[in-house]
Amino acid sequence: MDSKLLYQEVVLDHNKKPRNWGSLPQPTHRAEGLNPLCGDHIWVSLNVAGDKVTDIAFEGDSCAICKASASMMTASIKGRSVGEAEELVREFRDMATGRLDASAPNHLGRLTVFSGVKDLPSRVKCAVLPWHTLHAAINAEATVSTEGEADPVPGSWGDTP
Amino acid sequence: MSATLLKPVTSAGAHDVERIRADFPILATRVNGRPLAYLDNAASSQMPRQVIERLKHYHEAEHSNIHRAVHMLSEKATAEYEGARGRIRRFINAAEDREVIYTRGTTTGINLVAHGFGRAFVKAGDEIVISHLEHHSNIVPWQMLCEEKGARLRVVPISDSGELLLDEYRKLLGPRTKLVAVTHVSNALGTVNPVKEMVALAHEHGIPVLVDGAQAVPHMKVDVQDLDCDFYAFSGHKMCGPTGIGVLYGKAAWLEKMQPFEGGGDMILSVTFERTVYNRIPHKFEAGTPPIAQAIGLGTTVDYLDSVGLDAIYAHEQKLLAYANEQLGELKGVRLIGTAPYKAGVVSFNIDGVHPHDVGTILNEEGVAVRTGHHCAQPVMQRFGVAATVRASFYLYNTIEEIDQLVAGIRRVQQIFA
Repeated sequence: MDSKLLYQEVVLDHNKKPRNWGSLPQPTHRAEGLNPLCGDHIWVSLNVAGDKVTDIAFEGDSCAICKASASMMTASIKGRSVGEAEELVREFRDMATGRLDASAPNHLGRLTVFSGVKDLPSRVKCAVLPWHTLHAAINAEATVSTEGEADPVPGSWGDTP
Repeated sequence: MSATLLKPVTSAGAHDVERIRADFPILATRVNGRPLAYLDNAASSQMPRQVIERLKHYHEAEHSNIHRAVHMLSEKATAEYEGARGRIRRFINAAEDREVIYTRGTTTGINLVAHGFGRAFVKAGDEIVISHLEHHSNIVPWQMLCEEKGARLRVVPISDSGELLLDEYRKLLGPRTKLVAVTHVSNALGTVNPVKEMVALAHEHGIPVLVDGAQAVPHMKVDVQDLDCDFYAFSGHKMCGPTGIGVLYGKAAWLEKMQPFEGGGDMILSVTFERTVYNRIPHKFEAGTPPIAQAIGLGTTVDYLDSVGLDAIYAHEQKLLAYANEQLGELKGVRLIGTAPYKAGVVSFNIDGVHPHDVGTILNEEGVAVRTGHHCAQPVMQRFGVAATVRASFYLYNTIEEIDQLVAGIRRVQQIFA
């Protein structure tokens, strides 16, 4: 895994200038996401009208991979239906954990810049955290942690010295 | 047996780092086509061939359970296991072999005292004194004990450079204090605490002291009688030894009075359904089949460290630390965290605008292995207002060139995130 593949221009740009940064005043859905081990901590809020995500925002404190993933996520989710958003969550998780069926069509588009994390098991949860949090917000779960059952990676990087 | 596996590593006090590196097969590893610069020794160090060979020989020729059967292998394994205890006793200069208890590691040693001492002697309203520099393993067992007993945890504060404030420590000691539990060397910052002085101050009040020596025993000469501490815990895997083995030193007088930690085989003299008579120390604290191979391996480990010389190792690491401080100090946008005057070979830092985990991933690309995160010392991170740091930690086999490799890696991180 060459870090140049992961830290591409588009990722660095979204890290530096995150899109849809902040929180919505009175969102219909909101959730908090936390990676206890590395300290990635984000909030995702969204407005859903009918079946459509009309607005979405995020904020928090995280590494570049997590922040860029969240920024690009908000950009690609805004205006989509909830069903489409959930499908994208599934596709992104599968890509990050190396389970994406390459022969089947997907909707990831530019999000494939994160495909390199599948070779960096300790960084998978950084990329996936925003998507977990979005999923939690849509399904009205207040907080989500990638250390929990939803952890896409087998095993855990617990509290080691 | 183990003695024949050892060869003298140095001559006349010179620290021949290339010769030492040849003892560590894993150091030949390449990462992403670059030589591995292993700078994560505070988390776990590497094993020399001598220890690896000793473990292999044990498994091929000596393995059996100990303190049990009368057959040849059991007697051999028992003799080697107890022989290693004697060598470890000499290594830390304990007065007696029975004061050396084998554990799974530092964490288990501290929990053993929290259980065996805490359950017996700590009551509601009592206080346990720890410092702000502690690893979670020297915080959480005491919190659990305090919660159970209604006792109170008191914390010695630290300065902005990461130095323990001795005057504040003095003020915390009093009639309610039942135990002081303090780290010898901070794992997150490298600060070396004045533990000998702290023990003397506590003893003026008749308070026993436990020292967490996980980051000290590998890197400096430790003499538990000179420190006069009541308990001293350390781990094998941070001192070129195997995982799964550690030592709790305890003064015999305390160990005799303490409750056993775990119940089971080997820790008893006799068992009936009405009553069990516990075994003598140290066996009272070694229930069940212990990590026999690892204990024997630890015996070879202390022989190895002695053959290199702890003073030479310490001097070498101080040289690396001074060089790293100088090189990192010259880098713009790099903030050193923990700048106490008396430090072990640990450099904790952050790069402006870059999360430590991104730093770690890019350094790995450059072949540099460092730890990133909170180092199991979240209160230290909170004290310095950071969620995490990058930590480079040195050992006897590290070189100036590896620090150059680290510095080049940091420059690359800064380029990528410019």
